[in-house]
Amino acid sequence: MEMLVRAFVLGGLICVIGQLLMDLTPFHITPAHILVGYVTTGVVLSALGLYQPLVDWGGAGATVPLSGFGHSLAQGAIRGVESKGLLGALGGGIEATSVGVAAAIVFGLVAATFFQPKA
Amino acid sequence: MPAKKDEGKENSKVDKQAIRERIKEREALIAQNFVLAEQEMTRLQQELQKEHQKVLYWEAKAKGAEKEHFNGLRLEIERQQKRLALPEQIVYQSTALRLAPKQTVVKNVVMAFLVGGTICLAGQVILNIFLQNGLAEKEAGAATSALLVFLGAFLTGLGYYDELGKVAGAGSIVPITGFANSIVSSAMEFKREGFVYGVGARLFTVAGPVIVYGTLVSILVGLIYFFINRANFTLL
Amino acid sequence: MAQKKMGKQTLQFSSAPVITSAAAVVGPKEGQGPLGDKYDMVCDDTYLGEKTWENAEQKMMQYSMELALEKRGLLPADLDFYLAGDLLNQIISANYTARFLNAPFLGLYGACSTMAEGLCLAGILLEGGFGERIGVSVSSHHDTAERQFRYPTELGAQRPMTAQWTVTGGGSCVLERIGTGVKLTHATIGKIKDMGVSNSNDLGSAMAPAALDTIKTHLEDLGRKVDDYDLIITGDLGIFGHTLLKELMQKEGYPVERLSDCGVLIYDPNQDTHSGGSGCGCSAVVLAAHLMEKLHKGEYQRIFFVGTGALLSPISVFQGETIPCIAHGVVLEAPSNE
Repeated sequence: MEMLVRAFVLGGLICVIGQLLMDLTPFHITPAHILVGYVTTGVVLSALGLYQPLVDWGGAGATVPLSGFGHSLAQGAIRGVESKGLLGALGGGIEATSVGVAAAIVFGLVAATFFQPKA
Repeated sequence: MPAKKDEGKENSKVDKQAIRERIKEREALIAQNFVLAEQEMTRLQQELQKEHQKVLYWEAKAKGAEKEHFNGLRLEIERQQKRLALPEQIVYQSTALRLAPKQTVVKNVVMAFLVGGTICLAGQVILNIFLQNGLAEKEAGAATSALLVFLGAFLTGLGYYDELGKVAGAGSIVPITGFANSIVSSAMEFKREGFVYGVGARLFTVAGPVIVYGTLVSILVGLIYFFINRANFTLL
Repeated sequence: MAQKKMGKQTLQFSSAPVITSAAAVVGPKEGQGPLGDKYDMVCDDTYLGEKTWENAEQKMMQYSMELALEKRGLLPADLDFYLAGDLLNQIISANYTARFLNAPFLGLYGACSTMAEGLCLAGILLEGGFGERIGVSVSSHHDTAERQFRYPTELGAQRPMTAQWTVTGGGSCVLERIGTGVKLTHATIGKIKDMGVSNSNDLGSAMAPAALDTIKTHLEDLGRKVDDYDLIITGDLGIFGHTLLKELMQKEGYPVERLSDCGVLIYDPNQDTHSGGSGCGCSAVVLAAHLMEKLHKGEYQRIFFVGTGALLSPISVFQGETIPCIAHGVVLEAPSNE
C-alpha cells in the first residue's frame, strides 16, 4: 500500500519537472527535446548508480517515466558488457528494452489498421 | 576598347574606396543600437542594396585575390543589412512578450503531477499483480512496460490520449504511455500514405530521437564501463 | 506614372468590380461558433465522407465555389478565370478543384492572406478588362495543416496560449466586371515584414507588423483616415495578434475602435482554441458569411479587409529561420442600389 503512494508521488514529481521545463523554457524546447533529455538523463543517472535508489524507493514511480526507460538501457548495457564484453556494450541496451519497442511497433501497426485519427 | 576598360577600372577603384568608407560610417551608426526613424531606415536600406548589387557584380566578374576581396566586402554589407533591422525587432519582440497571454503554469503543474502520478500508480498496481502471479522481477518489469504500452496505444487509437494530453501536459508525455502515444499517433496519421511509405516510414517520427539518443548514451555507458573494467573482461 | 496606382502600393479600381456572390462551407467546430447559422453549409464531421482529410478539404473548397456559382445562377464554364490557393504543399486542394471546375487557373500561395490576394488579383483582371467573371477560392483544414506543419493529430502535445486553431473551411467569391453586389474599389498589395519571430505557435505576433504596415501604407496612399472606414478587419491575427496590432496602431496614433479580426470572430472563447482561428479559410468564410451580409444590409458602408499571412514552411522553422509575413488589403463598399 505504501509503495502505491510512493509510486504516485515520485511519478508525479518526475512529470512536474518536465512540465516546468516545457512551460518555463523558451519555445524551441519542444516535448521531443524534453523526452530525449529524460531518457539520456535516466541513462546517465543509472550509470552513476543514482537511479536505482529512486526505483527502490518509488517503484513504478521511477520505472514508468521515460527516465526509467533510460535506466533499463543503462543497466542493460552494463549487464551486456559483463556477459559479452565489448559487443555487449553495443547490444545490451537495446536488448533490455526490446520488449517495449517491439510492443510499440506491433500496437502501432494494429492501431493504424483498425483506428482512424479523429478531429 | 582598352581605354574604356581602364576607365572602368579607375571608376571602380574610386567607388570601392567610397563603399569602404560608407561601410565604416554605417558601422558606427549601427553600433549605436538605436531604433532608426523610418526615413533613415529606408535611406540606409536603399544605400545598402545599391552597394550590395555593385559589389556582387564586381565579385562575379573578378578572379582570384580580387574576387576574394569583393566577397569580403559583400559579406560585410550583408551583415550590416541584417543588423540594421535588429533594434526595431528587439523592441517589437519585447512588446509582444509584455502583451503575451500568460501560461497557466500552476494549473499545468498540478495536472501534470496528478495525471503522471496516477499513470505511475497504475503501473505499480500492474507490476504488483504480475509479481504476485509468480513472474520474476525482471520479467514482471518487462510485462508491465508492455501492458502500459498497450494501454497508451489503445487510448490513442480511441482518440482519447490527445484529449488527456491537452490537460495533463508532461503528465501524459513523460510516462511510457506517452512514448506509445507518439508512435501510434504517427502510425495512424500516416496510414493514408500507405503502409510502406506512410506507416512504416513514419512510425518513429516523434519517438525516433528518444530511441536514437537513448541507445547512443547507453552504448557510451557500456563502452566506458568496459574500458574502466578492462582487466576483468575478455573482448568477446 | 501608372494611372491606376495610388501612392506606393495601392491600386484604384475605378470601374469598381463587384462581388456578386459568395459562399462558405465549414466544419462542425466553426458551425458551433458565433457565426454558425450564417454559413452556407456546415459539415457534420471533418471527413465529409472522404478517405483522407486532404480530400475533405478539397471538397470544401469545391463545394463553396459550386454554391457561390449556384447562388448566382452560373456554371463553372461561365468563369473566365479561376484563382485559388490553400495551405498545403503545392496548393493541392486548389489544383484538384481547378481540375474539377475546368476553368483557366492561376494558383496562389499567400498562406492565410490568400483570399485577400485573390481578391486583389481578380480586381486587377476585371478592372483591366481581361474578363467578365472570375472565381476566387481558398480553403484550409485543421487536420491537414496540423499533420503538415506540426504533429500527428492524435499526439498528446499541449498547445501554448498563443497558438491558434486552423479553421476547417472553404470560402469562395464570384467577381464580375459589371453587376450588382459588394463593390471592390481599391487594393493594397503588401510587402513582406519580418520582425524576427520564429515561433510557429505564435503567428499572431509574427503577422501583426505586416498588418500594421499595409494599413498604414493604404491610408497614406489614399490620404484617408481610419474613420473613413466602418471597419478595418484583419484575416487571422487571432486574439493575441489582434491585441498586439491595437497596441502598435495606438503607438502610431491611430484610433482602434473600428479594428477587428476574423480569427477573433470565428470562435467562441469556450471552444478552447486559445488564441482564436487562423488559416486561409478563416478570413474567407467570415467574409463570405458575415461581412458580405453586413455590407449588403448597409450596416457597413465601407470596410478594409486585410488578409494576413505567415509565409513559413515546415522546414524553415526547424532550420532556425524567422517567419516572414505579409498582408494584402481590399476596400469593399456596400452595393449602391438593390
